[in-house]
Amino acid sequence: MSFLEYAPAPESTAILHLRDEYGLFIDGAWTEGRGATFPTISPATEKRIATISSADATDVDRAVAAARRAYEKTWSRMPGGDRGKYLFRIARLLQERAREFAVAESLDNGKPIKESRDVDIPLVAAWFFYYAGWADKLDYAGLGAAPRALGVAAQVIPWNFPLLMLAWKIAPALAAGNTVVLKPAETTPLTALLFAEVVQQADLPPGVVNILTGAGDTGQALVEHPGVDKVAFTGSTAVGRQIARAVAGTGKKVTLELGGKAANIVFDDAPIDEAVEGIVDGIFFNQGHVCCAGSRLLVQENVHDEVVERLKTRMATLRLGDPLDKNTDIGAINSAEQLERIRALSAAGEEEGAERWSAPCVIPDTGFWFAPTIFDNVSTSSRIAREEIFGPVLSILTFRTPGEAIAKANNTPYGLSAGIWSDKGAKILAVADRLRAGVVWANAFNRFDPASPFGGYKESGYGREGGRHGLGAYLTTGPSKGGA
Amino acid sequence: MRLIGADLTEKSLRLHLEGLPGVDAVGLERRAASLAGRSIKTTSKARALDTIIRLTDLTTLEGADTPGKVRSLVAKALTPDPARPDTPRVAAVCVYGDMVPTALGALGSAHGDPDDGGVSVAAVATAFPSGRASLAVKLADTRDAVENGADEIDMVIDRGAFLAGRYGEVFEQIVAVKDACRRGDGTFASLKVILETGELATYDGIRRASWLAILAGGDFIKTSTGKVGPAATLPVTLLMLEVVRDWHRLTGERIGVKPAGGIRSAKQAIGYLVTVAETAGERWLQPHLFRFGASSLLNDVLLQRQRLLTGHYSGPDYVTMD
Repeated sequence: MSFLEYAPAPESTAILHLRDEYGLFIDGAWTEGRGATFPTISPATEKRIATISSADATDVDRAVAAARRAYEKTWSRMPGGDRGKYLFRIARLLQERAREFAVAESLDNGKPIKESRDVDIPLVAAWFFYYAGWADKLDYAGLGAAPRALGVAAQVIPWNFPLLMLAWKIAPALAAGNTVVLKPAETTPLTALLFAEVVQQADLPPGVVNILTGAGDTGQALVEHPGVDKVAFTGSTAVGRQIARAVAGTGKKVTLELGGKAANIVFDDAPIDEAVEGIVDGIFFNQGHVCCAGSRLLVQENVHDEVVERLKTRMATLRLGDPLDKNTDIGAINSAEQLERIRALSAAGEEEGAERWSAPCVIPDTGFWFAPTIFDNVSTSSRIAREEIFGPVLSILTFRTPGEAIAKANNTPYGLSAGIWSDKGAKILAVADRLRAGVVWANAFNRFDPASPFGGYKESGYGREGGRHGLGAYLTTGPSKGGA
Repeated sequence: MRLIGADLTEKSLRLHLEGLPGVDAVGLERRAASLAGRSIKTTSKARALDTIIRLTDLTTLEGADTPGKVRSLVAKALTPDPARPDTPRVAAVCVYGDMVPTALGALGSAHGDPDDGGVSVAAVATAFPSGRASLAVKLADTRDAVENGADEIDMVIDRGAFLAGRYGEVFEQIVAVKDACRRGDGTFASLKVILETGELATYDGIRRASWLAILAGGDFIKTSTGKVGPAATLPVTLLMLEVVRDWHRLTGERIGVKPAGGIRSAKQAIGYLVTVAETAGERWLQPHLFRFGASSLLNDVLLQRQRLLTGHYSGPDYVTMD
């Protein structure tokens, strides 16, 4: 037997106490949705985890009305310091229940437990801690004198980092004094529903946080609801466009965090071994279900062969399988639909003549899986170099000079993130300066911090989340609308 | 001489070493931490614990070492856990050169190649641990240990010369020591080159020193003497494993790696095994390619081994002192 065949080391699910059915969380209480129920399944086993309610337009009305009442009667009138106390309490509760949340996230989403345990959930707590600290310091955020909350925020989040995206949305909104109605993605509602329990545990005033589950039509009813003052969405560029159209002219403030096709640029003077790690972090983290994933590797031509050879050797050590096993590096693809999209784009890559190589790994019999894959000799016009695949698929392109690297990196309708690998500090700064991307990582990739603003250029969306800028997205210094 | 390409001059050596890709410290430490985070359980853990014992150089390097202490160390090397005779033997005992005859005498017929189940004798030499002596003294120290019957020589590099940029001098010394490892019958004692990474301080320096030691003919590159802190760390060992992996890719030749000092718990050591297997390859997990230089590690491994077999923890009084 090989030493590398590590014995199974599964995280126990005994810590989870899930209900068989979940309703909607409105006005501090659980209520049944009026829409048809649907199951949420584990993408690794395709087994049902729980039955989930769907909110229809009437439910959305009730939730927005509850959020409005909470905003007017309690939350907007509460001193910032007191709002901060609630947020600190939520952060501590999330830390206390961290293992439970990590298991739930990996079960529902398919991501490896080591990522939900070491990345997602710690960042979730960090986000609440960070914004809790801002709640009584809004006057000093540099946004102008006496900034005020906007009112009721409608928030629609994606399935790739379910609880983390919830934290990115809810923490700044509440710190600034808004109340929220949040809709998690249809395939990953579980941790948002567990978060509702935390909201109850923290004794948050009813209506401050409302969680509505459902599919696209629920989300549409929510963002189009006239009682909403702010819309925040993270997801695909296509849906982002629909939302931008729907809210145009309504006076609602909007933040959109959409797709990306990030360039990860490796220069010939890069620390090669760490760059290879960075390429792996960039595209295979969370199965590549990352809007800021480093999905285009731009490697300097004179080190191309060496980098690709080392990358393949490294990829051969990636372990694909049970998301709950502590040694799993690559978990399940979130849904059959997403798997189909990854397969279709990969097939297009082959048809367009790129060289495909996949890491040798055993694909489990049930569930949705895709082996980590690279495409070499990809041309800039190829679909896999232009379109967001949102899966563990890397397109490799080469460049000869820094100028060419910058031109190719910027030659995309997106502009969310980029990475630069070089041992020369001056070169890193010079290149970073010319990249049109919201985040540029130097000798690192996919690292997040609540103090750092995150957001994109062009079709990657507008507005910033995180840091002081993220707070500004939920505040106004303009004249009062009256009423509130 | 194993320098690739160019004639060996101080200048060509410098160009080669300084032309090696840099090391990003944050990235290296992050990768090491992720390897240390592997969860090795049940059957894999049992196998790992036995592998650690088989790869250990059980070490005593004290001014106060006596023949009695060395004999006791050898007894522990041969029978690590008297209550469980199925416990494997360690790879080698590591002592000062003057203790080699004592160690050999105590080993008796068990003396042999650890790849074949024997226990070999390693001696530190070349004015260990500081290396501050003339080359003549270092060579005499080495020859003395080899003549006394040492199977393996653990030499130290001249860190002063390395840090002053006199790479050629360090190189020549390793070549000379290697030559002094030649036995009467023309065979060589295996040469481990101690870089004393705690004194080289930077990862870039450690990568250069690793290449230098291999180019000059070292059979093993070893992190530390154990007399300087920090001794072995996982990021440093990972870096050295990357060098031997790259050397193998270029030349087809396999060089050994020995982290020494500071590895005290079985859990830590398992992290090293994972790092070896996932970096250089599982093939490196044999005595002629990987060793732990340790004294207190063995007892923790034995305690963990007992726990796995019996289902409960015993205590320090259930393993022998040395």
